[in-house]
Amino acid sequence: MKFISEYPEKRIPCYRVLDDEGYPIANSMYEQVNKETAVKMYENMVTLQVLDALFYEAQRQGRISFYLTTTGEEAINIATAAALTPDDVVLPQYREPGILLWRGFTVQEFANQCFGTKHDLGKGRQMPVHYGSEKLNYFTVSSPIATQLPQAAGVAYSLKMDGKRACVVAFAGDGATSEGDFHAGLNFAAVMEAPVMFICRNNGWAISTPISEQFRSDGVVIKGQAYGIRSIRVDGNDALAVYSAIRAAREMVIREQKPILVEALSYRVGHHSTSDDSTKYRPLQEIDHWRTARGPVGRFRKWVQRNEWWTDRDEDEFRGHVRKQVLSAIQAADKMDKPSLTELFSDVYHELPSNLSEQEKSLRETIKRHPQEFPVDVAV
Amino acid sequence: MASRSSLRRIGRLLGCGSSRRGLSTEAGRINLFSAINQALHTALETDPRSYVFGEDVGFGGVFRCTTGLADRFGKSRVFNTPLCEQGIVGFAIGLAAMGNRAIAEIQFADYIFPAFDQIVNEAAKFRYRSGNQFNCGGLTIRAPYGAVGHGGHYHSQSPEAFFCHVPGIKVVIPRGPRQAKGLLLSSIRDPNPVVFFEPKWLYRLAVEEVPEEDYMLPLSEAEVIREGSDITLVGWGAQLSVMEQACVEAEKDGISCELIDLKTLIPWDKETVEASVNKTGRLLVSHEAPITGGFGAEISASIVERCFLRLESPVTRVCGLDTPFPLVFEPFYMPTKNKIVDAIKSTVNY
Ligand SMILES: Cc1ncc(C[n+]2csc(CCOP(=O)(O)OP(=O)(O)O)c2C)c(N)n1
Repeated sequence: MKFISEYPEKRIPCYRVLDDEGYPIANSMYEQVNKETAVKMYENMVTLQVLDALFYEAQRQGRISFYLTTTGEEAINIATAAALTPDDVVLPQYREPGILLWRGFTVQEFANQCFGTKHDLGKGRQMPVHYGSEKLNYFTVSSPIATQLPQAAGVAYSLKMDGKRACVVAFAGDGATSEGDFHAGLNFAAVMEAPVMFICRNNGWAISTPISEQFRSDGVVIKGQAYGIRSIRVDGNDALAVYSAIRAAREMVIREQKPILVEALSYRVGHHSTSDDSTKYRPLQEIDHWRTARGPVGRFRKWVQRNEWWTDRDEDEFRGHVRKQVLSAIQAADKMDKPSLTELFSDVYHELPSNLSEQEKSLRETIKRHPQEFPVDVAV
Repeated sequence: MASRSSLRRIGRLLGCGSSRRGLSTEAGRINLFSAINQALHTALETDPRSYVFGEDVGFGGVFRCTTGLADRFGKSRVFNTPLCEQGIVGFAIGLAAMGNRAIAEIQFADYIFPAFDQIVNEAAKFRYRSGNQFNCGGLTIRAPYGAVGHGGHYHSQSPEAFFCHVPGIKVVIPRGPRQAKGLLLSSIRDPNPVVFFEPKWLYRLAVEEVPEEDYMLPLSEAEVIREGSDITLVGWGAQLSVMEQACVEAEKDGISCELIDLKTLIPWDKETVEASVNKTGRLLVSHEAPITGGFGAEISASIVERCFLRLESPVTRVCGLDTPFPLVFEPFYMPTKNKIVDAIKSTVNY
């Protein structure tokens, strides 16, 4: 009789390429990244930072109702995006707007969603940061945690049946791994041999709950084996490591038509969202340490600058340029009308059923009687 | 546009004055989340076999309802759970089945659905299916529900009707701080599993005097909170403040409205509503949840059965629309004061 220990003898190692100073670690194997890609990656990471800072500010000023930053997880976002092709279908949690950015979602489109303008692709129906783009193969964000994971297995099965040379990428936070849907998603993907890559952003926190109160396993990576899914742990603050790991994983997923689980270690530097004050449950020094010494953007910049692909002057110019662009997008979105009233009733179903047309008619009568009660920026 | 400031005004009308600070303004006057917090303190203090848990409850909860509990009662009785609603409720059922009081928090009513199976097929039938050998009567599930002005699809829903279709559980919704404390303590101590929905819009907004001592308010007893003779209005939770305002408005036109807080949705107090409708001859029900299949339909059908000959006009419902809860369109979606006033008038002038 022999019981398997609850812990492996050694913790599963973490794949890294760059050290905290942005020097490649001796003998590390990684995909070469050329200047053009590296600069684009860096610029996208900076854009994400500026976007976050200014949208956060807009929320604080009461111009948008809610916001949630990606601060600290810029490398997971952008390096993953860079390692995929536009055909790969992404099912996000909510802290992955960098994928959209990389694929060409414009700053104005981000602003339109957050302000719920008439040009928001989601037609003003969802809270800020619930982006989605059919054109960019990015499923619309849904707040309920982990629901996208079994869906991802289904999407991937479809790619498989259609013989596509593409994979599905589904994101989950560390908290999300506790939901039943995480289990369902991984198990279905394994059994159905679905070409899906699950990427867990293990940023240490689910709102105020630390990972020590979320699971007792050696993180998330170890769970792959239990489902019969190959897995890797990667330093999520190391853009080169993320890029290389995702490239390799994507290759395997598509070639072998099987799922893979990636655990990207990181830290949620921002508050959970604008509804949260994380200093209530974690020390400031911890946050500062991850923002400064361990920050993924600074680390990647050191490497890019050492390659002489980027200068301090580029930095100033680029940040200034993006800032202007984001501010003008915010201004434009702020002035834009909301979607018209018909969009309240459309899309509930493919066609408008009679109960809804009745309700629309009665609402329009109410508006006629009490126009002062309703927002003026919604055309009725 | 129905803004938070107008809600604040309504709060005052309801006798649960409001405070911008959302904190207690004078001795004994506290807001709704503090009243819930007091009830939880009392529950843990008066029964050593009681537990409070859920996502992020350890540091006080995202709505501050569990503040100070872990410090006072220890981490083995007040704790964070993994992010898993089916786990929270399943665990709570097991705990309750062993004779404990399990007070489980679901962070938002919108996120109760992963636990639906545990509630509907397990908690609700635990007693019946075992021939009363087992029960999980010590189970109470608390969840913030309803609109907040900016919650969109998944931070706004009112899912009470789903649970009202389930024999074996009780569904309770308080309208303000004093009710919240007394009803929550009753729910916790009731020998049946209870789903307790808290109007999150009022967590900070509604402030009123709440007795500091341990007290309970009866379940399955509705309350006439405003007497009138021309029409009966029935509602629960946050919607009552909107309805109260409509009553005041209708009164200016000489219409006398009787307003009833149902408080417990199942098993509900038909007799109080029936007696009122027999007096007024008219009924209006209002809730935020979509009108179709809402609990208003059940009330309407029951009262038509019981008061058919006394009714002077059709029963009216002023409810949420049959759409997902929208963000930008929230002011259009809501069963607002003016929609209710219009419905009162057309019912009375039928
Ligand atoms: C089913 C469900 N339960 C609860 C919530 C409330 N909630 C929103 S985010 C969150 C924490 C998620 O943490 P994690 O998955 O680690 O992602 P992170 O925010 O750290 O990126 C919780 C509990 C939710 N959105 N859905």
